[in-house]
Amino acid sequence: MATFGGALVALVAISALLAPWLSPHDPLEQNVLLRLAAPTAEFPLGNDSFGRDVLSRILWGGRVSLYVSTSAVLIAIVIGGALGILAGYIGGLFDRVVMGAMDVLLSFPTLVMGLLVVAMLGPTVGNLILAITLTAVAPFARIARAPTLTIKERDFVEAGRALGFSNLRIMVVHILPNVIDDVLVMAALWLATAIRTEASLSFIGLGVRPPTATWGGMIREGFENILDSPWLAIFPSIAILIVMLGLNMVGDGLRDTSDPRLRHE
Amino acid sequence: MLTYILKRLLVAIPTLLAVLTVVFFFVRIAPGDPAFIILGDQASQEALAAVRHDLGLDRPLPVQYVDFMATVLSGNLGNSLVTHRPVWQEVRNVLPYTIELTVTALIIGVALGLPLGVAAAKHRNRALDYAARIFSLIGLSFPAFVSAIMLLLAFAIQLHWFPVISEAREGDPLSRVSALVLPAVNLGLIMVAYVMRVARSSMLGVLGEDYIRTARAKGVPARVVVWRHALGNALIPVVTVVGLYLGVLIGNSVLTEIVFNRPGLGKLIVNSLNQRDYTMLQGLMVVYAFIIVIVNLLTDLTYGVVDPRVRQT
Repeated sequence: MATFGGALVALVAISALLAPWLSPHDPLEQNVLLRLAAPTAEFPLGNDSFGRDVLSRILWGGRVSLYVSTSAVLIAIVIGGALGILAGYIGGLFDRVVMGAMDVLLSFPTLVMGLLVVAMLGPTVGNLILAITLTAVAPFARIARAPTLTIKERDFVEAGRALGFSNLRIMVVHILPNVIDDVLVMAALWLATAIRTEASLSFIGLGVRPPTATWGGMIREGFENILDSPWLAIFPSIAILIVMLGLNMVGDGLRDTSDPRLRHE
Repeated sequence: MLTYILKRLLVAIPTLLAVLTVVFFFVRIAPGDPAFIILGDQASQEALAAVRHDLGLDRPLPVQYVDFMATVLSGNLGNSLVTHRPVWQEVRNVLPYTIELTVTALIIGVALGLPLGVAAAKHRNRALDYAARIFSLIGLSFPAFVSAIMLLLAFAIQLHWFPVISEAREGDPLSRVSALVLPAVNLGLIMVAYVMRVARSSMLGVLGEDYIRTARAKGVPARVVVWRHALGNALIPVVTVVGLYLGVLIGNSVLTEIVFNRPGLGKLIVNSLNQRDYTMLQGLMVVYAFIIVIVNLLTDLTYGVVDPRVRQT
């Protein structure tokens, strides 16, 4: 199942990467005569309300979604992971302050926080990444902190200290490899969440500004013409569903293999 | 139990204060001058200064901060920059719609998700389990606005079973129910997927424990083992997920309210974003954060109800 999911994700990632070569038309080229035209051989997924080719826009839209969500999750893993390990390792007041700050971040619903950050700072790619990173840092900090707490009491860490290793070396060389598994399982699931958040923000109208194609933005435009041309909303929805399904399958598969309780049963 | 409740309440207070502080600074660092928004770009410098003075924005930041905390904590969220009505009143007007929607979704999610998850665990790797897992995988993959649009297309636009715009007519309780069905089912089904998955995996973990084998060996009927002996211990992770899920549910309710054109907090927040109504946004952030903190508190209290061991520590 994880392999199939991985294949789905790879399919979408590759088609987004190769969008400049794969897309049959310019995603921004308007063709007034083809406004809301139904699918044809030349435009296999039809045309939107500006007569633009829907297939090309979906291929290009994937680039924005994947770029924003992947960057956000990677940044969140680095910052959240580092904060979590530091908090768990140092402990004491530092731990309490960091985790308290994470609790505050968790006090805002993901989408509402993304909505406010983008609305206040402006809908640019950078701000979208910032908004989604903010929603994902706290969960990664928590997931990295929990195993650190137990690992730092283990003998091999004690041995490292006795050998005079620096704290930095102990954290990076000895604790990080033990934490990374849990973090990676979460990464697949959070990537799905990040893609969902990006699409939701674009759907609300807070995504990368038009005419740039984004999946959420295309669904938003399609939704305005839902009565006449429902496929405008349906095709980009299918694109989102394929990635989400793929990522969730990968996440599930990773979790099953990393959780010994479920493995041997 | 009482000391447990009091202890949890005390822990929630610093979080709440920190949240308010974040809201305060967040709204202040945002670009855009509220006075400018109220008066438009034709306004004279004097008029802008006067409005800033009225809003208290010409005072030093620490003074504004103390004032903000004092008014919010006394229950006053200020007035909307656009409608000039109290923020709390605007919130109170639409809050019942959002509560009605999320609570119905919550009931659907738990009432279907829990038994399905338990049944899937009980019949592990059989047809029912596979069906349940596939359903949950699909449910987890649907962004709420996508599923909402699909439901709208199928049941309102194609089949005409429900209204396209979920607006209840005044004094017609039946129209209110029919306006609630699709949005609530949309949120509810996604939640079923979450609850079912946790209930299943938590139940699988518990069913492998020794005391379950002992109970079986003693000849306790399978039904009693599953629902009495196992479920009690499997419930804790489910409570956690339901509590955590409320944040997602609130986000999803915003999207659902937009698609079904339904009044509620979500529509309010999107409208105030479009109109740059900063006091309204500030107030809504406070309301949302309060809801989350209260839900976390309720989740913790539910642990105490579900698991007697929690009460003692």
